[in-house]
Amino acid sequence: MKNGPDHRTKNVLVEFLFRLGDDRLILGHRLSEWCGHAPILEEDIALANIALDLLGQASALLRLAGEIEGKNRAEDDLAYFREATQFTNLQLVEQPNGDFAFTIARLFFFSAFNNLLSERLQKSSIEALAGIAAKGFKESSYHLRHSKEWMLRLGNGTEESHQRMQIAVNELWRFTGEMLAFDEVEEKLQQQNVIPDLNPIAPKWNEIVAAVLTEATIIIPSHQKDGGQAGNHAVSGSRNGFHSEHLGHLLAEMQILARSYPDAKW
Amino acid sequence: MEALDEIILLERFESRINAGEKIEPKDWMPERYRKQLIRMISQHAHSEVVGMLPEGNWITRAPSLRRKISLLAKVQDEAGHGMYLYSAAETLDVDRRELIEQLLSGQAKYSHIFNYPTLNWADIGVIGWFVDGAAIVNQTMLAKCSYGPYSRANLRICKEENFHKRQGYEIVATMAAGTTEQREMVQDAVNRWWWPSLMMFGPSDNESPNSAELLRWKVKLHSNDELRQRFVDLTVPQSQAVNITLPDPELRYDKKTQHWNFGKINWEEFWNVVKGNGPCNRERLAARQKADDDGAWVREAAVAYTMKRRMNR
Ligand SMILES: [Fe+2]
Ligand SMILES: [Fe+2]
Repeated sequence: MKNGPDHRTKNVLVEFLFRLGDDRLILGHRLSEWCGHAPILEEDIALANIALDLLGQASALLRLAGEIEGKNRAEDDLAYFREATQFTNLQLVEQPNGDFAFTIARLFFFSAFNNLLSERLQKSSIEALAGIAAKGFKESSYHLRHSKEWMLRLGNGTEESHQRMQIAVNELWRFTGEMLAFDEVEEKLQQQNVIPDLNPIAPKWNEIVAAVLTEATIIIPSHQKDGGQAGNHAVSGSRNGFHSEHLGHLLAEMQILARSYPDAKW
Repeated sequence: MEALDEIILLERFESRINAGEKIEPKDWMPERYRKQLIRMISQHAHSEVVGMLPEGNWITRAPSLRRKISLLAKVQDEAGHGMYLYSAAETLDVDRRELIEQLLSGQAKYSHIFNYPTLNWADIGVIGWFVDGAAIVNQTMLAKCSYGPYSRANLRICKEENFHKRQGYEIVATMAAGTTEQREMVQDAVNRWWWPSLMMFGPSDNESPNSAELLRWKVKLHSNDELRQRFVDLTVPQSQAVNITLPDPELRYDKKTQHWNFGKINWEEFWNVVKGNGPCNRERLAARQKADDDGAWVREAAVAYTMKRRMNR
């Protein structure tokens, strides 16, 4: 690799790439569960499109992680032969799909984050990562637009859709905190100029989300009278392999065939 | 006077068809032609949509990221086919909602093939190879049919189906060259899907109530039996190339006719599935019904939002 990382940087970079790859793999998987069951045919297509983008990004990121790691692990080894506690995706993305409002609100929260992150990662000194991020930036701009449109439709649509959206946002709020929190992995990479400063992402994300929720007439949970109950129980730890119980079941399904016949080529 | 007009219009209509012209939505057409087309196009559209279910069943379990992505993309294409076809049907003055309700009430049919279960991963390969393969044979003909919008929809669909078939056959070839278990999975899937795939072309034409009229108006250009034979002739050599046995002891090449002869199709099974008693008829309709019910509030919200925006403008 031309602009290859030195030894010190290598481990944190691999860790960082796992986080990126796992988020996209797990959310792509969840969205793919809608295929054939969406409210309208157009949405079967749109959600599949977004899932395909995310799975494509995941493949590229995990492949790169495996290459840099140098333990001869290809993207499929990483996707199909790791345990739940070795995955470092956000708990947000592993949650079951819920109703359409839940799926859309989660997609909106993640896409806003993904878009801001990809925008910055385009400037990574690791060329391969910058390339993946450039593609991810374009793709997530569409994901963000699509999910935002549905946020507005559901928030402003009928009483039922408004209520469902408010419930979805309330339930999801506690998963957003750890999404916006970075730790020593990102810090080290920033210090070594592998990636730019990611700290501006959180305020920007809050700005985007507040604007859309307001336009959708949805109350932002932290602004609620009860002091943002939902926000008080914020989850944490998934970047270190701590998950909800849902991930294990998701992986059991995803990995069954690959693990049942480990010698087979597909 | 009116009857006379009708006769003249019908003559003109049929001579245009004989000259190979396409009939377009605004052109005069006999009511029977319109009805037959709505029936065929909507059946075709429903088949694409219900067809998403058996293959969708394996998206979450696909054995590699590449396979997961290509299967999801394939099932997504089928949704797209459903959309082109509903749009083609809508040129004949019906709306999509009406057609979907006919599907859910059991009044409209869809291809019987999608009422069989997908039991192992090789089914995904074999469906691409057989089911998309059979669809290509049928749709290549329909791409030349006399009704312009349906012809163009099929032209577009065929391009993607070819890709699906290649992808399916590639899964089969990979597994057939793989481990003993993989070979067994492929053979098992082939055994289960072969005969139902032959039934996809429908009963022999002398027993197919609509055939004569459809052929005369060039909605169809070949008989069901001709299409079935074409599919068999194409598929047998492909099975030999990957060393997979088709479950028909009577398969034999006839040098004189240059066709593969095949055994008797169990039409009783076919009619049984068509009547709703196949292995998955209930599950397929229940899944479509659930998606429709669960999505009702979403569709209502979308309509309400559009109305509000229009009023505010
Ligand atoms: Fe199709
Ligand atoms: Fe297809």
